[in-house]
Amino acid sequence: MSAKLKDRIATFVIIAFSALIIALLVGMLGYILVKGISHIDWHFLTAEPETIKAGGGIGPELFNSVYLLILTLIITIPLGIGAGIYMAEYAKEGRITVSIRLVVEVLSSFPSIVVGLFGLLVLVNTFNFGFSVLSGALVLTIFNMPLMVRVTEQAFRNVPREQKEAGLAMGLSRWKIITSILLPVALPAIITGTILAAGRIFGEAAALLFTAGLTTPKLDFTDWNPTSLHSPINPLRPAETLSVHIWKVNSEGLSPDAAEIAAGSSAVLVLMVLIFNLLARWAGRLLYRKFTSIK
Amino acid sequence: MKANHETPPFMKANQETPLLFRKHRAEEWIGRIYTTFCVALLIVIIVSIVYFVASKGVSTFAVNGVSLSGFLFGQNWQPDSDKFGALPFIFGSFVTSLLAAVIASPLSVCAALFMTEITPNWGKKVLQPVVELLAGIPSVVYGFIGLSVLVPFLRSVFPGQGIGVAAGSIVLSIMILPTITSIATDALASLPRNLKEASYGLGATRWQTISGVVIPTVLPSILTGVVLGMARAFGEALAVQMVIGNAPHIPSSLFESASTLTSVITLNMSNTVMGSVQNNALWSMALILLLMTFVFVLVVRLLERRTKI
Amino acid sequence: MTDILRTEELKIYYGQNEAVKGVDLTFTENSVTALIGPSGCGKSTFLRALNRMNDEIPGSRMTGNIWIDGKNINAPDTDVTVLRQNIGMVWQRPNPFYKSIYANIAFGPKYHGVRNKAELDNIVEDSLRKAALWDEVKDRLHTSALSLSGGQQQRLCIARALSVQPKILLLDEPASALDPVSTAKIEETILQLKEQLCIVIVTHNMQQAARISGHTAYFYMGRLVEYDKTEKIFTNPSDPMTQEYISGRFG
Repeated sequence: MSAKLKDRIATFVIIAFSALIIALLVGMLGYILVKGISHIDWHFLTAEPETIKAGGGIGPELFNSVYLLILTLIITIPLGIGAGIYMAEYAKEGRITVSIRLVVEVLSSFPSIVVGLFGLLVLVNTFNFGFSVLSGALVLTIFNMPLMVRVTEQAFRNVPREQKEAGLAMGLSRWKIITSILLPVALPAIITGTILAAGRIFGEAAALLFTAGLTTPKLDFTDWNPTSLHSPINPLRPAETLSVHIWKVNSEGLSPDAAEIAAGSSAVLVLMVLIFNLLARWAGRLLYRKFTSIK
Repeated sequence: MKANHETPPFMKANQETPLLFRKHRAEEWIGRIYTTFCVALLIVIIVSIVYFVASKGVSTFAVNGVSLSGFLFGQNWQPDSDKFGALPFIFGSFVTSLLAAVIASPLSVCAALFMTEITPNWGKKVLQPVVELLAGIPSVVYGFIGLSVLVPFLRSVFPGQGIGVAAGSIVLSIMILPTITSIATDALASLPRNLKEASYGLGATRWQTISGVVIPTVLPSILTGVVLGMARAFGEALAVQMVIGNAPHIPSSLFESASTLTSVITLNMSNTVMGSVQNNALWSMALILLLMTFVFVLVVRLLERRTKI
Repeated sequence: MTDILRTEELKIYYGQNEAVKGVDLTFTENSVTALIGPSGCGKSTFLRALNRMNDEIPGSRMTGNIWIDGKNINAPDTDVTVLRQNIGMVWQRPNPFYKSIYANIAFGPKYHGVRNKAELDNIVEDSLRKAALWDEVKDRLHTSALSLSGGQQQRLCIARALSVQPKILLLDEPASALDPVSTAKIEETILQLKEQLCIVIVTHNMQQAARISGHTAYFYMGRLVEYDKTEKIFTNPSDPMTQEYISGRFG
């Protein structure tokens, strides 16, 4: 076989495989959206799920997913950014920094189910938080923190070194430089990273099976007392999220329209992820302009 | 000019307040304490995860007296008759993640080559977002599609029920495709230009350049991506559990129901009583997952060291 | 003229490498001193020692004394932050903060406790006037500092340094990245600032040193070879090495 022919075949294979990947994504998205979107209406998005009858919705699950995401971000963002700043600005190159980097790497590689089990043992049982939004949020924090640390560290390292020097030479404290000079420049990248991470949190299920639970108490959206069991914002109530719901419906769903519900839920989940992706791109560009130029 | 220890006349600012309460010193302390606390928290988390999972996992052998070799190599998982052989699950995990890597690697490398060597422009605009989106799709959605599209398809083409190692591996391969692709792409994009130009200059075709110069140079990086992908596949729970069938034995074919470590934990953890032997055996499996994470990280580190030289 | 800054046997090491090998120099109030010499001669390192910026470079070490107003600032108990508040610095590449023009200048005074808006406005105007930038930017104080040209950015950096009213200003090749017109403006600014400040400038440009400085110090291989009135250095240097460098440069 001549070299030219080989080259042609190889090029063809590469292009064919790449096309296959694109087709896979298009096919999967198309399948979910076509099957799911027809099922999505206001009733589906707001109604309670049904166990045996048809016509159940995903209202509480959707609310739980969003609530859990917000709670997780509230906990993760300050901690993750703090640790990221330590890595970028305070850590001296040496054995300790190398080990912390290893910790971050290992932590982000732990299977989510193992982290979920840890949450079950420590948060649900030992700390007695029970199957709850709080347990779920804390477990998701464990997941999300390494990601936030990396994003923050990278964002700070990308700020030109001269910015820091200028601050130092003006006699600013390191902390003042970090918060007032470097952070505004690094923030767009951090926000983009956070939104992408939020997409991941939104889709996570394995860790939540054992922490946030598989059930939701009947929610009363007029009750905003955080200690009441039926209050949507009670952090100590169990909360089945949308992702967990998809899993549950697929593996033990009894209602006659289980397949449609799974498709509709998947469509909602995928749409949310798509929105997070677009938002991240858009926000990154917009914020960069806003933070670095006109005040 | 003589040395004296009076306050210099022009060194103003911050001088009136006592040393300890100077604003910038206080800020310095706040920053240091806060960020150190955050990092310390990371370390506390990882230490407690390892400690708790390990102590639970070890108790199967230390407290309940199950033999380690019986656990690792026993083929029978019959908790009711005190048989705790986890080999079917260990086998299932390794086979599915290996197969997933085998399927995904060529696809990923081709995608990476497409984006860097064939049409960077098109690649960046179309394939890159596609790969990013693939990475963003939640695992339960992969499981759902696997269950409602892939499994019926396999059932109609191959013998068996469609569920099994084949279905699990294919679903996993799509899930780890973005991991391998993005690492391979980064490695290919960082290749010095003159490396390829030298090869083209000698009259080599594109494929000769790719196979002769490009791939050998970035092989360690590609392997890093493959290992990271395998690590993800090994730890993935729900997507696999939904399509693999969950039968507790070593399958005799790719199209026969099987189980992985993660799938058996997922299904049984809530059905067993904390502290029972069966429950502890599940923790031992979690410990295996944990140890494998360390192995994967170690292998990645070794590969990265090779990349640097 | 009063002495304001004096170094004594100043030695600076990067790891094992001795970059500055014992330099004694005195700087007076209201003067411009140029530090010249070939690349790597230690002049920038010496400059960065004066506000302890070398502390930020891992592995750097300094021995000897730096007297400022009767206090040795190369002592462990020196509060570097306070020291730097009183010594301004401008680099080769302009590095304005990624903020508005106004915010760049007001940042330092705000940090030091100036809260009054009118007072801040005054400081901003005053600093920009001193740096000869006011007329060019007074109508767009709240636009991004990055929208300015390179030369304007550099003058903004000078204004930023002046905003906290330092007595000493360190300039590290402030004009070497700029076009001739901007360079001329910067030089003009320096000559005006001389009335109030002790300015130390590192430069590669001989004409520039001759134009703006009262005294010149010639560094070579980490040593101070010759220090004298600029006129003397450029017309009749005592050391043949200085002669060679200067004439070589003039070509």
